[in-house]
Amino acid sequence: FKTTPLKYTPDTNPDKLILTPESKVISHNNFYEFGAQKQQPQELAQNFNVNPWQLTIGGACDKPITLDYHDLTSMFPLKERIYRLRCVEAWSMVIPWIGFSLADLLKKVAPNASAKYVLFETLDDPEQMPGQANRRLGGGIAYPYVEGLRLDEAMNPLTLMSVGLYGKTLPPQNGAPIRLVVPWKYGFKSIKSIVSITLVSQQPQTTWHKLAPKEYGFYANVNPEHDHPRWSQASERHITTGGLFARNRIKTLAFNGYGEQVAHLYKGMNLRQFF
Amino acid sequence: MKRKIATANKVLMLKVVIHLAAFLPLFNLYTLAFNDLLGADPVQRVIHFTGIGAFNLLLLTLTVSPLAKKFKQGYILPVRRLLGLYAFSYAFMHILNFLAFDLQFAWSLFFNEIIKRPYITVGMIAFVLLAALAITSVNRLKRKMGKSWQSLHNFSYLITVLVAIHFYWSVKSELISPLFYFILTLILLAFRYKKIKALLLSIVKKK
Repeated sequence: FKTTPLKYTPDTNPDKLILTPESKVISHNNFYEFGAQKQQPQELAQNFNVNPWQLTIGGACDKPITLDYHDLTSMFPLKERIYRLRCVEAWSMVIPWIGFSLADLLKKVAPNASAKYVLFETLDDPEQMPGQANRRLGGGIAYPYVEGLRLDEAMNPLTLMSVGLYGKTLPPQNGAPIRLVVPWKYGFKSIKSIVSITLVSQQPQTTWHKLAPKEYGFYANVNPEHDHPRWSQASERHITTGGLFARNRIKTLAFNGYGEQVAHLYKGMNLRQFF
Repeated sequence: MKRKIATANKVLMLKVVIHLAAFLPLFNLYTLAFNDLLGADPVQRVIHFTGIGAFNLLLLTLTVSPLAKKFKQGYILPVRRLLGLYAFSYAFMHILNFLAFDLQFAWSLFFNEIIKRPYITVGMIAFVLLAALAITSVNRLKRKMGKSWQSLHNFSYLITVLVAIHFYWSVKSELISPLFYFILTLILLAFRYKKIKALLLSIVKKK
């Protein structure tokens, strides 16, 4: 698989976040479509064909559109966003994504009054995605992978449609050619290799929530005070450089440190109930 | 006499093979992990490798006596101790990995997790029992304990069941591997059907 350099506005990185090395970002992936083990997507995704690609944006809106491969990187000016990524499995990384705001894309299709949620779907192609063809390899989850956001979450300026990382287009294991990045939520919300975005009126049933509703909620906001039933979410291992002896356990921040930008979205909500 | 020596040689060979097959992968694992050559997150890798390795060795230990019976090769029975001790060593490393590399010696979190997470509780009970078997595997203790030694070592069946539960409970979604291990466990216990039935009956009677 070949990635190509992108033109973009760099992030000034005001918080001086230390980046996770690129080699780790592209070799440690939860992308069950290419195998449930962390190293498998890198091994099994290299023949993934992303051109041609079609991304359909429709549902409850006035101007539905379909984007092709070229549109993904040319329709909007691209910007770099250095975000913390917190996996529900209690590890984290810092990744320089490149992309555009989901809000800009949604404004283009003009959501109508009944649009309350946004539903995302990953490509369904068992011939190219061995995890979809083989239950054992694919971790036994239902395909195609679906995720969702409330419309106001989708319109938040932090919510990114990413087409690249580390200056280049996305490698397939990271969700080429286009993926979602929602930095204040657990990583599984940031759905990869998206083929459709649909505006809907009801809260959608999402993949991990369907599989284990007590373990994975619809909101999945990073919350150190709400444990996963089988492990603590109060702290995380922050993957940067260093091997087995890296002292990298850090405290997990509410909303993964993005509370200032997003906490208002959940005002008055019981976050233990809506986890 | 000649036959005895031949048998002793066979046992020795078998033990050498077990040492190599059990020790080398562990050595290789930590060499890679210490040099940061084990993927982006070596911590998860070493935890899983030693955990599944301990389970494999435990099942292998339980395979020895049915094999010996079936093929009338009683001389292989002594390797059970070596296999069992390796199973214990892998289990020990499994927990040490969790404590040292995952939790990074956050002791209160360690004890909290053991109490709070049922799958860890079950795993820990299995480990404590396994440790008791490992300690009493010394010949002198074995002689001293007499009949109670066998009663204690019958716990190997319970340990294996607990480990199967621990594994099944710990996975996120893919259930095929833990189910496969569950079936293996049941098959190996089925060979001891009469013995286990008698054990269970004796427990019920005591009450």
